[in-house]
Amino acid sequence: MPELNDKKIQYLEITANRIREIVIETLLSAGSGHSAGPLGMADIFTSLYFHILNHNPKKPNLPDRDRIVLSNGHICPVQYATLAYAGYFPLEELKTLRKINSRLQGHPHRGSLPGIETTSGPLGSGLSQAIGIALAGEMDNKKYWTYCIASDGEHQEGNFWEAVMFAGKQKFLNLILIVDRNNIQIDGYTESVMPLEPLRAKYEAFNWHVIEVDGHNIEDFIDAVNEAKAIYEKPTVIIAHTIPGKGVSFMERDYLWHGKPPTPDEAKKALNELRTMGKRIESEHQ
Amino acid sequence: MLNEQLKLNQKVFDSDVEQMPTRNGYGEGLVKAGEENPHVVVLCADLTESTRAEGFAKKFPERFFEIGVAEQNMATIAAGLGISGKIPFISSYAVFSPGRNYEQIRTTIAYNDSNVKIAGAHAGISVGPDGATHQATEDMAIMRVIPNMKVICPCDSIETRKATLAAGKMWGPVYIRFGREKSPIITTNETPFIPGKAQLLWYPIRGKKIKKPDVLIIGCGMLLYNALVAAKELEREDIGVSVMNVHTIKPLDEDSVLNHAGHAGAVVTVEEHQIAGGLGSAIAEFLAKKLPVPMEFIGMKDTFGESGKPSELIEKYEMGVKDIKEVVKKVLRRKNN
Repeated sequence: MPELNDKKIQYLEITANRIREIVIETLLSAGSGHSAGPLGMADIFTSLYFHILNHNPKKPNLPDRDRIVLSNGHICPVQYATLAYAGYFPLEELKTLRKINSRLQGHPHRGSLPGIETTSGPLGSGLSQAIGIALAGEMDNKKYWTYCIASDGEHQEGNFWEAVMFAGKQKFLNLILIVDRNNIQIDGYTESVMPLEPLRAKYEAFNWHVIEVDGHNIEDFIDAVNEAKAIYEKPTVIIAHTIPGKGVSFMERDYLWHGKPPTPDEAKKALNELRTMGKRIESEHQ
Repeated sequence: MLNEQLKLNQKVFDSDVEQMPTRNGYGEGLVKAGEENPHVVVLCADLTESTRAEGFAKKFPERFFEIGVAEQNMATIAAGLGISGKIPFISSYAVFSPGRNYEQIRTTIAYNDSNVKIAGAHAGISVGPDGATHQATEDMAIMRVIPNMKVICPCDSIETRKATLAAGKMWGPVYIRFGREKSPIITTNETPFIPGKAQLLWYPIRGKKIKKPDVLIIGCGMLLYNALVAAKELEREDIGVSVMNVHTIKPLDEDSVLNHAGHAGAVVTVEEHQIAGGLGSAIAEFLAKKLPVPMEFIGMKDTFGESGKPSELIEKYEMGVKDIKEVVKKVLRRKNN
């Protein structure tokens, strides 16, 4: 991983904000899809693709590349936006999201788009796939890391805990799980749909190393990944506390934005907020 | 008479015919596949001995993964392995895999085009005393409808060994089903096996000449033995029957089916599976389009099984030699009307 200094952090923050704008533009064009999750995970996706990962957008099939498995596939607009911004495919192609004959399927599909490692979306099955990818790497003495990104709501799936149990049994896996702890799912707040807390204690009971971070603090998140890589004999989960809809005031923390795209008026308002960085700068053009 | 070219077991009709569970063939095939290719790995959901994955587990412990009683996790871990250069075989009872983990197989293995082989043991009602909860009679139907998936149902232990090896050598998702009980050995080590290529096991003769058949039986799995016995007995009643082994349900050997169904002009399908959605359906879908001929079906008639001895169950659910003979006569009457 390259060195992290103030200048790099500032660059990552600006990039994350730009990716949020692209997410809004992409969802507006698609006319359907999920808003809150992608905005909430922009800082983490930016940190991964612009600092942490060993990857090459021009050579997406390099054998030693780090792998990302997006278990909660419905937030793929943020992965697509980040992949395009990193150079995996043209930014203009984002306009085809969810449309016929597009490489940008509504949920990630392997072989469809460069940079998408596997087919995912039906909840609860991404961590197992990431385990399989990590196991194969270990058997072949590869040095790559496998990152699985999962939602909090999908912990309600039995398959998810089967995977948590298996990883806790298996040692020395080059696997890092990142949980997007944003407290919302389609039907409401996770703690009212199906209480998940105490989440840290649950992972610890399954023999995992647990790190909790503010998912919008890029420096803390990158530090957490470095810590995770230094932990042997246990898999690591980074529980990233994020604000769903982050950066767009009227979307933040409202579960109604989990599964819908903005209207043109809402998109205009959202883009103005993002471009002025929440009125921290006066004009969109500064 | 038995098709000489296939070098079948000449003792198949003897009362002391050698019998072996088809799952044994899976176990032998896994070991062979593991010897031939270092990327073959095996996952099992707490049924290592029963599914016969044990031999592989002992010989290649570093390539064997005990997943515990978690078939969904087994399928999805295999999906990850199969897109990362490995050739995973996942082993459990067919009721649980591909039963319980259906969506994981559909999405993360088949749609993902991951190189995973799904082995469903204890298929059919001949599972016996365990009862209907453990008798998979819908598995071929649910696998056959998934794009990218291939479906193989071998007829004896030797063919299961060959099918296991062959599955490991072809790219992509494959479902193989096999049974629990001992069943007569029909083929030999010399019998050719090519996935997707049906074989005519038996054809009627008059004197020493091949006779045009009155009815074609198309079967798969262990019930092919009953079909062969029925064909041999019907010969004495001057009803000429040919018996075809369609071990690969998908992709279907359309040329052979068309050729032989056309030659006979009437078809009976035989399978230890629900009539709906399995081999019979696959044949009917194809012949309805290309060559509609009178057809009858032997299999489970939209009902669950129950506990009992395998032979009792096969008889009760009308898949015995007597039932096959009756259905052959029935389809022949329809053909001649």
